[in-house]
Amino acid sequence: MSKRVGMEASFAIAEAAKLAETEVVAAYPITPQTHIVERLSEIVADGELDAEFICVESEHSAMSACIGSSAVGARTFTATAGQGLELMHEVLYVAASSRLPIVMAVANRALSGPLNVWGDHSDVMATRDCGWIQYFTENAQEAFDLTLCAFKIAEAPEVLFPLMVHLDGFHVSHVVEPLYLLEKEEIAGFIPPLRYPFPLDPRKPVTMGAFAPPVLYTESKKALEVALRSTKETILRVWKEFGDAFGRYYNPVESYRAEDADTLLLAIGSFTETATVAIDTLRDRGEKVGLIRLRLWRPFPFDEVRAALRSAQQVIIFDRAISLGGPGGPLCSEIKSALYQEPKKPKIVSFIGGLGGRDITPQQFEQMFARCRELIDKKIDVEYETIGVRE
Amino acid sequence: MAKHDYEMTWKDLQIGCIVTEPGSASQYKTGDWKSQHPVWNKERCIKCGMCYLFCPEPCIGQDAEGYFEANLFYCKGCGICAKECPTTAIHMVEEEG
Ligand code: SF4
Ligand code: SF4
Repeated sequence: MSKRVGMEASFAIAEAAKLAETEVVAAYPITPQTHIVERLSEIVADGELDAEFICVESEHSAMSACIGSSAVGARTFTATAGQGLELMHEVLYVAASSRLPIVMAVANRALSGPLNVWGDHSDVMATRDCGWIQYFTENAQEAFDLTLCAFKIAEAPEVLFPLMVHLDGFHVSHVVEPLYLLEKEEIAGFIPPLRYPFPLDPRKPVTMGAFAPPVLYTESKKALEVALRSTKETILRVWKEFGDAFGRYYNPVESYRAEDADTLLLAIGSFTETATVAIDTLRDRGEKVGLIRLRLWRPFPFDEVRAALRSAQQVIIFDRAISLGGPGGPLCSEIKSALYQEPKKPKIVSFIGGLGGRDITPQQFEQMFARCRELIDKKIDVEYETIGVRE
Repeated sequence: MAKHDYEMTWKDLQIGCIVTEPGSASQYKTGDWKSQHPVWNKERCIKCGMCYLFCPEPCIGQDAEGYFEANLFYCKGCGICAKECPTTAIHMVEEEG
């Protein structure tokens, strides 16, 4: 039976990669992701996992090595964060367009400069359009469960896409939490063996990464886009199967006390847990407020987002990243664009905060609700406001 | 290649744009943008093979009689063969249109 343990989220992810019988890990340590691969290297060195652990000289090489190992059909895992994800940037697109089911945990971190190793979602937003499946986890249990699910989703024959499992740097990655670890016997058979349809094999040669001239590039992007969107079905199925087997269910969009709410807060990542405290306080005061947590980031769950926000009058969107010189919060602009064509849409108020590792307290979430009401009552139109910034 | 690249729809592409047919790149017409092409004067040719050696493509081959000629499916019209030929057996002719 699954056992309840106290474990750092990073270690829990390493345990998930072990349980999934990862065959190749190519990684470079970077804060706040280091503990994931550090633990995995121990697991491999101790003989608990029969895998190749490739120490590389950079994240660009890490992802390149992962592409190589995935291309021969090996189950491949890596992890990174912040600057590391940025250094991988150009190769991420190659992994996606080559349809290689690499699983990567990303301990979300701010981007330099100024240099900052703490958490926010700048790294996620910079890799938004690279063609990977991406979802968020908000605690160690989710990080563990959804890393296991990641292999099953990414490698499903109808999917074959690389997948990023996001967790907040430090706020999740470095926190020791109680969680249920699954035993090897329990998970047996949950992730079928990887059968990549065209692995690199000298007996049956194929060309991967060939160039696509103007006459083919558009077709290649259309094929990739259609395929990525269609992965949602499998994501839902795998999460359902996981829930049925182990009792913990996950959904593209999840809610907390959102029924009958006139004002909803929408956010991603671990700060949504903090927000539930504020929701409880406000509900106790009789306010009709609720929380919407976006879990699936790519493919973007348009239908679920629209359904979740349909009956609200106001929606507060909280971003831990900023699109400099652009529309403010990247999450907010995506939600706005998802709602634009809707006949009836809520008013949207955008807040940015929690940048570079700064905490957001439940009281600050309460203040966001109060400020939202004020902005709407006084008809003040602002693109966004920054929480806690010293003026 | 079952279809030419310009005939393929996005649905025809293999997963990950993987090319499953070895050597299929040779079916890709790379000689479609030259502005001139080489023409041989066999009477002057001494079959030394310099054009064959220097063609960067390399798209010059020998015919049954041992004379050299370019495969214009690949020839880029660079003119190196004409420049290197010691007997000026090759001259470049402008493409029409
Ligand atoms: S013109 Fe250039 S490419 Fe064409 S045959 Fe001569 S050397 Fe080769
Ligand atoms: S270089 Fe000139 S002479 Fe020599 S083989 Fe070619 S065409 Fe003939």
